[in-house]
Amino acid sequence: MQQVMLLIQYTLVYASVLTLVALGGCYSERSGIINIGLEGIMVMGALGGALVLGHISPELPGIVIFLLAVLAAMVFGMIFSLLLGVAAINFKADQTLAGTAMNMLGLALAIVIVKALNIAASGGSNNSAEIAYTATREKLLLAQGTEFSMFMVLTAIILIAAYILLYKTRFGLRLMACGEHPQAANSVGISVAKMRYAGVLISGALGGIGGLVYITAGVSKTNFEVGVAGFGFLALAVMIFGQWKPHRIVLAALLFGVFRALANVNSGFDFLAALNLPQPVYNMLPYIISLIVLAFTSKRSHAPKAEGIPYDKSTR
Amino acid sequence: MEMKNEQKHSSFFKRLLANPGFRSFTAALLCILIGLLIGYIVLLIINPANAGEAIGTILKNFMTRNSERLRLKALGNTLVKTAPLLLCSLSILFAYKAGLFNIGAAGQYVLGAGAALYCALGLNLPWYVCLVAAVLAGALLGAISGALKAYLNVNEVISCIMLNWISLYTVNSVLKDFCPVGYKDTHTLTSMNPSAVLPTLGLDGIFGNSSVTIAIPIAIIIAVAIWIILTKTKFGYEIKATGYNRNAAKYCGMREKQNIILTMVIAGSLAGLASALLFLSDYMQWDINQSSIPAMGFNGIAASFLGGLHPIGAIFSSYFIQHITDGGSSLDTRFYPVQIADLISAIIIYLCGFVLFIKLKMIKASGTIPQKRPDMAAEIKHDADNKKGGDK
Repeated sequence: MQQVMLLIQYTLVYASVLTLVALGGCYSERSGIINIGLEGIMVMGALGGALVLGHISPELPGIVIFLLAVLAAMVFGMIFSLLLGVAAINFKADQTLAGTAMNMLGLALAIVIVKALNIAASGGSNNSAEIAYTATREKLLLAQGTEFSMFMVLTAIILIAAYILLYKTRFGLRLMACGEHPQAANSVGISVAKMRYAGVLISGALGGIGGLVYITAGVSKTNFEVGVAGFGFLALAVMIFGQWKPHRIVLAALLFGVFRALANVNSGFDFLAALNLPQPVYNMLPYIISLIVLAFTSKRSHAPKAEGIPYDKSTR
Repeated sequence: MEMKNEQKHSSFFKRLLANPGFRSFTAALLCILIGLLIGYIVLLIINPANAGEAIGTILKNFMTRNSERLRLKALGNTLVKTAPLLLCSLSILFAYKAGLFNIGAAGQYVLGAGAALYCALGLNLPWYVCLVAAVLAGALLGAISGALKAYLNVNEVISCIMLNWISLYTVNSVLKDFCPVGYKDTHTLTSMNPSAVLPTLGLDGIFGNSSVTIAIPIAIIIAVAIWIILTKTKFGYEIKATGYNRNAAKYCGMREKQNIILTMVIAGSLAGLASALLFLSDYMQWDINQSSIPAMGFNGIAASFLGGLHPIGAIFSSYFIQHITDGGSSLDTRFYPVQIADLISAIIIYLCGFVLFIKLKMIKASGTIPQKRPDMAAEIKHDADNKKGGDK
């Protein structure tokens, strides 16, 4: 029973990460920009959040720590996502290349910043890329000794808000129009560039928060040399499986979350222990599942029609 | 008289700009300079007092060593790692010509290393068999991504990333039986199976470095071969045609699905071979505890774009990337993180995204496009097609 509870907790933690980041990807792609750089955005968001959690006083009320960390993660993610916006919207660069560069850049930049801070703080003796935040993380938990945290509440709120914003507001419908048929959207006076910047910035904010949630999932320190272990890409798989729709994305995220959680808690289940599968198999499971899922869902995908195509006014 | 001179100057400059090779070279140089400048600024921010010396260390790499012998040996070490980097960049370049982004070079590299080391340490096979095994392993992984793309429309970037992680966990668990007790690195080949070490043909003597093997000439020969395949063969033409416009290629009777798979198989083989060339040099061993994917495959992206997506250009850009990476690793860690070099490479890749834009400006600056230059017209057409992009 205790193991089942643990499995549920970890599933919800990882599903929160995947939901947030996949929603970010969804907003970017709905506006017409493929965001391969989510992994890098997550790392930068994690950096922003970790810097707050690592340096703020744990005496402060939990909600203040929480809001400041989330704010830092959002701001870091949004600033970093501008790299994609400028390259893809203003310079019509190859979006896959820009995104890949962002993944490498985010990781390298985070390592350099954290190491430089550690080196400066220790006078040169500590050149690790680690930030620890044991005391402040505890303040974010809803119940001590569990993994239930304020982040899950935030994820639920963001999920509902994202659904309403996308389908029930003028902004959301305009954003989607820019991803489906930017020429038509532009011809009725919508600025495609502005909408696409909005999509990219929202993906930066959500990806940044996702990164923060990832580094607080069951651990109270993070080593930036490891990055976020491909979660940005798993989130893209979740987004495709969720057919670019917020209400389906959350279901896809829960499915992936279960398999990722199994990597943490598999040893506690008798029937799984009886199978005697080696640990690496559990580690691989989320990636294998996502490959299989993609193989079955990509053929009839409902991807935004104009995604990945720089908008050129002369094609109107 | 003066005016005439000026005209002459401007026409010389325009003719230079009209040369695609010159445009690629200038654009690459611009990316490098801006990347280094930003790197220098970062160094200044972290520790202004030693920044000048640090950027010098990165740029000089082996030249900072004290004696001729040590310099040659360090140059040898850089070359040992340049060979696999070159092959990774060729892998990415080759796939990119067909419109595919082979970010899976990293995973193909990992699986290739696993296959080569398993054959060498587990089965005691000679080097040429290990080499073939690595190529086949990389090719298999490439084939999976290619088939998923061709038949099931799975975005190759995402399938490649998933396969990267699957490969890493697989190789770590397969190779864990081949480590000395209590160590996280696999056995050295020289201690267990010297026949698996690549022959040196006397190159080790020249550099005073036993890791310098035939890997380096092999890598260069393959770069030339890829160049010939891409420019002189029907297959190369079909690959490029598929890359420009998949539907048009299909319409012309090219088997575009098979070409996609074949392209990924070749790209995968190149990346698989890359790791075999490194690990069969016995320069380094596999660390079974590594929890992030080796950077070699990703640095290959930097090298291929910096080299203007040209196989011969890749030889020089691969050397450059490895040169600054090794230079970065000898930074004084009391003051600076060694990852500054990674940061510079990443900035260079990001800037490579603007290369098409820079080239287009240069084409415009060179004046109107003469009809007699079909290659240039094709390049502009290519740029225009890239803007349309997307294959979903």
